[in-house]
Amino acid sequence: MDGLNIPLNHILLVSSLLFAIGMLGLMIRRNIIFILMSLEVMLNAAALAFVAAGAHWGQPDGQVVFMLILTVAAAEVAVGLGLVLQVQKRFKTLDMDDANRMQG
Amino acid sequence: MSETIWLIPLIPLLSSVTLMLVGTRLKASQVGALGVGSVGISALLTLLLATEFMQNQQVIQLSLWTWMEVAGFAPGISFYFDGLTLVMMSVITGVGFLIHLFSTEFMEKDPSYARYFAYLNMFVAAMLVLVMADNLLLLYLGWEGVGVCSYLLVGFWYQHNANGYAARKAFIVTRIGDTAMAMGLLLLFTELGTLDIQTMVGEADQTWQVGATVPTIACLLLVCGAVGKSAQLPLHTWLPDAMAGPTPVSALIHAATMVTAGVYLIARTHELFLLAPIAMTVVAVIGITTSLMAAFTALMQTDIKRILAYSTISQIGYMFLALGVGAWSAGIFHLMTHAFFKALLFLGSGAIIHCLHHEHNIFKMGGLRTRMPVTFWSFMIGSSALAALPMTSGFFSKDQILLQAYQFPEIGPGLWVAGLLGALLTAIYSFRLVFVVFFGSVNTEPDKDTGWRMAVPLSILCLLAMVGGWFMIPVSEVFPASDGSHPAHWVEYVSISVPIVGVLVAYLIFYTGQLKVDRLANSSFGKSLGKLWLSGWGIDLLYDRLFVKPYYGLANKLKSEPVDALYGLIVTINQTLNQWLSSAQSGRMRWYIASMVAGLILVIMLAANLPEGAL
Amino acid sequence: MVMINLILILLIGGLLAMLSERISDTMPRKVAMVVVLTDLVYLLLCLSGMPEITQLQAPVANDPSTWLMHFKTDWIPAFGISIELALDGISLLMVLLTLILGAIAISASWTDIVVRKGFFEANLLWSLAGVLGVFMALDLMLFFLFWEVMLIPMYFMIAIWGHENRGYAAMKFFIFTQASGLLMLMSILALVAVNQSATGIWTFSYFDLLNTQMTEQAAHWIMLGFFIAFVVKLPGFPFHTWLPDAHTQAPTAGSVILAGILLKTGAYGLIRFAVPLFPEAALDFSSAAMWLGAAGVVYGAVLAFGQTDFKRLIAYSSVSHMGFVLLGIYAWNELALQGAVMQMVAHGFSTAALFMIAGSLQERLHTRDMREMSGLWQQMPRMGAVAMFFVVASLGLPGLGNFVAEFLVLLGLFQVNIWITVVAATGLITGAAYSLLLMQRSFQGQANQKWVDSGLVDFGTREMLTMAVMIVALIFLGIYPQPVLDAAQPVLQSLLNLTTSPTVAIVEVM
Repeated sequence: MDGLNIPLNHILLVSSLLFAIGMLGLMIRRNIIFILMSLEVMLNAAALAFVAAGAHWGQPDGQVVFMLILTVAAAEVAVGLGLVLQVQKRFKTLDMDDANRMQG
Repeated sequence: MSETIWLIPLIPLLSSVTLMLVGTRLKASQVGALGVGSVGISALLTLLLATEFMQNQQVIQLSLWTWMEVAGFAPGISFYFDGLTLVMMSVITGVGFLIHLFSTEFMEKDPSYARYFAYLNMFVAAMLVLVMADNLLLLYLGWEGVGVCSYLLVGFWYQHNANGYAARKAFIVTRIGDTAMAMGLLLLFTELGTLDIQTMVGEADQTWQVGATVPTIACLLLVCGAVGKSAQLPLHTWLPDAMAGPTPVSALIHAATMVTAGVYLIARTHELFLLAPIAMTVVAVIGITTSLMAAFTALMQTDIKRILAYSTISQIGYMFLALGVGAWSAGIFHLMTHAFFKALLFLGSGAIIHCLHHEHNIFKMGGLRTRMPVTFWSFMIGSSALAALPMTSGFFSKDQILLQAYQFPEIGPGLWVAGLLGALLTAIYSFRLVFVVFFGSVNTEPDKDTGWRMAVPLSILCLLAMVGGWFMIPVSEVFPASDGSHPAHWVEYVSISVPIVGVLVAYLIFYTGQLKVDRLANSSFGKSLGKLWLSGWGIDLLYDRLFVKPYYGLANKLKSEPVDALYGLIVTINQTLNQWLSSAQSGRMRWYIASMVAGLILVIMLAANLPEGAL
Repeated sequence: MVMINLILILLIGGLLAMLSERISDTMPRKVAMVVVLTDLVYLLLCLSGMPEITQLQAPVANDPSTWLMHFKTDWIPAFGISIELALDGISLLMVLLTLILGAIAISASWTDIVVRKGFFEANLLWSLAGVLGVFMALDLMLFFLFWEVMLIPMYFMIAIWGHENRGYAAMKFFIFTQASGLLMLMSILALVAVNQSATGIWTFSYFDLLNTQMTEQAAHWIMLGFFIAFVVKLPGFPFHTWLPDAHTQAPTAGSVILAGILLKTGAYGLIRFAVPLFPEAALDFSSAAMWLGAAGVVYGAVLAFGQTDFKRLIAYSSVSHMGFVLLGIYAWNELALQGAVMQMVAHGFSTAALFMIAGSLQERLHTRDMREMSGLWQQMPRMGAVAMFFVVASLGLPGLGNFVAEFLVLLGLFQVNIWITVVAATGLITGAAYSLLLMQRSFQGQANQKWVDSGLVDFGTREMLTMAVMIVALIFLGIYPQPVLDAAQPVLQSLLNLTTSPTVAIVEVM
């Protein structure tokens, strides 16, 4: 198998970068849509790592887990967007800090 | 008869229980019949017992059942009857019966008539148990029982807070002595393995040397109990206040019977005291000190009952003196004669108070000689006996005590002189009372004279106070015989003449007024001394400052539960932590994530820094 | 099986009582009363078939066949946990006390519960069931289970039907008892683990654990765990502070059960577990425990004297009286132990009665403040007379049960430590001070016009009957305590043998 041979390290680097970006987004964004998107980015970062590792070891497990993550992500988006609609309805805002009702 | 002596305390007890349960539904006459009758039956039984005892001199021991039995500690509900018991029982049931009879008239208007007789009967039962007990624990039962009855009767008119205070004071002050006495019981049992009095004294004789430490401590602890119950220094302060109770109660409990329980206790355990000469000396010194202290105080009192109360304290002091110098039978003899004449005086004062609209102040009385003749003669005879004028009952007993005190080694003559001073004071204060109350001008007009239920007991007690000195009390078997030596004749003459001088002094001051004491009384020294005596040497005030107030203060300080503050601290710490941590629970998603990431990084760093092979 | 039935009758009876509220408003209390009395009669019937207690041979602590009753069946065999119940003289006394006071408690709350009556009686019965279990369980896990079972209904009783400050009191009660329960659980597990490492067998059975070999250090710590758990319940100084609040705020029946029975589980635990399981450690600890007991006696008495709340005063008097129990247990000789057992029984009656009087006053006056009472005897002479009786009982009048108890404790204690005895004996004086103050402030003195106008109702037949039961019991205990002493004697003897035998053995070896 020839093709483009990218070293595993590079892919993992990209994956961690993606993960870090997603997490940073999670930490600094206040809009719930962006938070969901950041989550998606993090999930995909993990999925990328799985696929890369699977390819590296010649095992199908990585792709299996990718499929799982895909489903989880889809489900999460479905529920998450449902929640977003509810939040929008109740609080008339998508800013999570304003929608905070649990003040310690 | 000997098998049925348990009936003697049981009958008043049953009557008491009946009165408590159904007393409110009975008519006053029924209540009276029950209350007086039960004690009357006991008195009759005692009389039968006495005639039997006089013939055969037989000591009776009767065991009903074992109270409790634990690890060799097996006190019984059992009675012991000898000459000493007989004297006490006769006084309790005999004088008790007369006082009950007197009470039916004195208390007839009282709404709580049944309650009164219930308490009074219960007292008689408890007092009988006290003197009949054959072991110290059963004696302690009677001892505390009479204490509670005394509490109930002193506070009988409970609507007035002052009466309740007096009642509580009486109980708690005596309880201090009782607790010391209980410690004495613990010590005696631990050392001798029994509380049975007869076995115990036998054991003690074999176990201990004369003057050893343990019997001395044990005896001193018993003395504490006796001092509390018999109102001697330093626990005498309750008795004058206890006069808040109905006057017949004062006659029965606080003059004739309960207050002499301490004397009985020491006499009953005299074999122990013979092993502890120090304790005996202490008893003698307490006795004579109390006697003088109370006599001085009685000089200044204006309340008729308080005069008699202090006089009781003083007379019991003489009994203690007798016990302390080993004149056991003289002490018991004085106990008996004192029961007669002091009951007489108290009942007489009761009659006055009854007929004078509850007036207590002697200076508001006066001239009652012609208006209340029976009472006047009661007081004349009673006071003569109290002052120990020749041929009265008090004369014989007090004389015996003083003569035997004189013969006591070393401090004997000192005790005798002090005793004489006391006798002089006794004569003065008792005739001061007679002259002020019965002679002179009438200050308050009595609204009635005594009825027969008052007059009969008074007359019988008059008789007893006159001839009581001729009785031979059957205690020769109980106590060791004295050596029979007599002091010089002049000692006897002086002893006889001192009371007469006292009466003369009282006559000159309070009747003719020839002897002027105003100048002395009005000098600043005399004034402050009088004040001191009036307040009973300020001992009450001292105790108040020293014990009562600090205890109230302590209780008030601790009321808020300092220990709980400790647990409060735990609560405070938790609350602070809670505030602290709950601010972290802000509901801000970004804050959560940031802290999660920070935590993650921390964990990874820690894991990375772990030494090789630690995972 | 008898013992299981005893507990089941109460548990199911509780359920019935709760359901019976649907039939009528007054049904639950009747059902509850019938259930408790049935239980009592059932127990007495079963006992009649047994040898006389006095003729019973001394139960050998680790030989079940010598006990009055013994029942054992597997529960969780993997960990050696079984359902093991047994009855000996002391358990029997406590069970009888529980059932009698249970009936009295139901009578005490006959009229003062107005909301959720069914649930109230159910809680009462369940709590009693837990207490019975505690007094009979010999498997430590089962013991712990019952320990919790008796507390939770009690929590509800305080929290739902209590007085003005009930939330605070219930929570405090719960936290104290729960924390101490946790401590006990840890101690039990530690003990079982130590035993397992020594013998290789998992077992929670009392008999198997009695002779556990352990290091001195381990014994000390585990013993301390048990000690604190039980002393919180007792309650001993300084773990008593939950008690005044809980007793004061609980409804009358709750106070009666708390003071009359629940406190005794602590004392029972000390006698049954804390000392016999760790004889040497307990001996080392005994003088500290006795000082705590003496401190409790004095401290409780002083604080009782300072109270103005009728119920709170009685609550503190309990602290003082239970100090005597602690003293009696740790003096650990027959006299003192008998005194402690006697105190458990006598105090059960005297305090239950006083709490019942307090409850009746609260029901009539709607206050417990003694400053507002005064002179109540005039209007309620029966209640006054009864109160007087129990007041003098609680101050230790000879001829009544409490005196026998206190005197025996002091007698036993005197042989162990004189100075502690002296300190404890001052409790007799201070006890008189607060008891009589209680009487003075509430029943004596000038009658308060407010109550004269409102017209108070004296004790009726039901109340007098209940009181009569307790009065007779106390007099009986006071002048003929022998049945109680006889019932406890063989058990105490076997416990004493148990704790002294190791030293004897050592002496023999040497």
